Amino acid sequence: MSVGDCGRAPLPGTVVPVIEVNRLTKRYGRVTAVNDLSFTVRSGHVTGFLGPNGAGKSTTLRMILGLHAPTSGSATVAGRDCRGLRRALRQVGALLDAGDVHGGRTARDQLRFLARSNALPAGRVEEVLREVGLSAAADRRIGGFSLGMRQRLGIAGALLGDPPVLIFDEPLNGLDPEGVLFVRGLFRRLAAEGRTVFVSSHLMTEMEHTADRLIVVGRGELLADEAVAEFAARGSQRSVQVRTTDPAELVAALTAGGARVAQAPDGLLTVTGPDATAIARTALDRGLLIHELTSRTGTLEQAFMELTGSSVEYAAGASA
Amino acid sequence: MSTLTDLRPADAPQARFTDLVAAEWIKLRSLRSIPWFLLAAGLTLVGLNANGARLSRAEFGSWTAQQQQYYAEFGALHDAFTRPCGTLVLLLMGTLGAIAILSEQTTGLLRTTFVAAPARREVLAAKVLLVTAVATGFGVLVAAVSFWLDEAMLAGRYGGVSIGDPGALRLVAASALLAPLGALVGLAVGAVIRHSVTAMVALFGLLFLIPMFVRDDTHLGAVVANAQPFNAWARLGLVGEITGQRFPSTVGGSWAVYLVWAAVAVLLVMTAVPGRDQ
Repeated sequence: MSVGDCGRAPLPGTVVPVIEVNRLTKRYGRVTAVNDLSFTVRSGHVTGFLGPNGAGKSTTLRMILGLHAPTSGSATVAGRDCRGLRRALRQVGALLDAGDVHGGRTARDQLRFLARSNALPAGRVEEVLREVGLSAAADRRIGGFSLGMRQRLGIAGALLGDPPVLIFDEPLNGLDPEGVLFVRGLFRRLAAEGRTVFVSSHLMTEMEHTADRLIVVGRGELLADEAVAEFAARGSQRSVQVRTTDPAELVAALTAGGARVAQAPDGLLTVTGPDATAIARTALDRGLLIHELTSRTGTLEQAFMELTGSSVEYAAGASA
Repeated sequence: MSTLTDLRPADAPQARFTDLVAAEWIKLRSLRSIPWFLLAAGLTLVGLNANGARLSRAEFGSWTAQQQQYYAEFGALHDAFTRPCGTLVLLLMGTLGAIAILSEQTTGLLRTTFVAAPARREVLAAKVLLVTAVATGFGVLVAAVSFWLDEAMLAGRYGGVSIGDPGALRLVAASALLAPLGALVGLAVGAVIRHSVTAMVALFGLLFLIPMFVRDDTHLGAVVANAQPFNAWARLGLVGEITGQRFPSTVGGSWAVYLVWAAVAVLLVMTAVPGRDQ
């Protein structure tokens, strides 16, 4: 997996297919959906766009695609504002919502009109249908499709123009395990071909195996912009959980040694800093009995929860 | 290795307006309900018009000589496109126009369309053009078939006219063009009011209720009445001078009503949709 800044360097003078979001803000009346958001999505990577529901992900993607006008700031694809393009499928392909179709049309007709509007050869329709595995269902009406099939159709639409930049809003929703594997493989391949692949999700676990880089937002603001590995490392890094007969004395000893210790009401200590061996040695030196000692490594899920915990828009149990 | 060195600097050469029109044509044709709707609407209109002629023919013998003479002079022409059919063609084509845009706005398809072709005014112009063309084709077909069928039924002593007779071509043209006029009004109502039911109610009120309730005995009332598409169509179907009306409409004024309504409708479509967040 390629992480960090090892993406392919562009040739001088060529347009880099990046997505640039610069101080982007969107307000609806008094509600601020996106607040002063800036980030860059680079080519050659799958970049995850992560945040809880209502974090402003879809609004941001729509502004990037020129569907929504920003209140202030700008969003460009390969240096251009999408609103200035006459036809876009060759520049940027997108799946925003698999439901943005008319159920009365067949999958093939849906792709045919899109291809025609951008003067793409009709053969592309068959190619992308094959690519997403919908050839057999091409002449069925979309109304009878499962959500997973609609997602595949939406992905096919995004691929039509063979664009260097691809944007997907929650593309894994409704896909079966085989579909998830297929889509992940597809995203990796597209990124490996040097394309910019930007994929939103509200589920960290989805991104863990899909993205190389992450842009994390909460309440319309940027929370993190880094490689997946860095992100995982930042959360509750490595911690050790300890139970002892005399928590107070162990806490004193550990904090004196520079560790950070949190104590739960039931006496469980969560120690960050020293590893399990060092903690055991400290306890041994003080003659303290340890009856539980567990090393914990940070997970993406934890990192995500910790980072977005304070920025969840619709928390369960919270009154509206 | 990057396979994407060929990032087109501008999308210039391949952005043709005709592609958008073709795309809109695929959209319209690929909805199975549209051809059925047009077929049913066409048969209904032709059938209703033919029925008018059939009834007149059946009752002709029971009329007085004066009534027969009057019918042969004016009535036979009017039976080529009856008044209920004038209202109906407006409403049916208004529905078609409204569906053309509502089916995209309510499903989110318009979003998909605008992502592919961000030149929104161009997309809408293509849609306006296509809907106008389809409705015109429909109107011409229905008006022409109705005319020839009905006048053939009324030929001879019933006073059936030929297209060369005074006012005949104008009636056929006015009836045919009522179809694109209704479609454009429907398109505009659908574009401005994005909610299906509300749009349909508004369309019905605009094309059907207003002309029914507006009274033309005051100057203002007459201006409003004469400015209604249905009344304009009715005036264009009249041969000769109007008597007994304080503020009669004119043929030129009625054609102008067609033009103004169509122009305002197009303007509404082109201004209401592009600025909106999708």
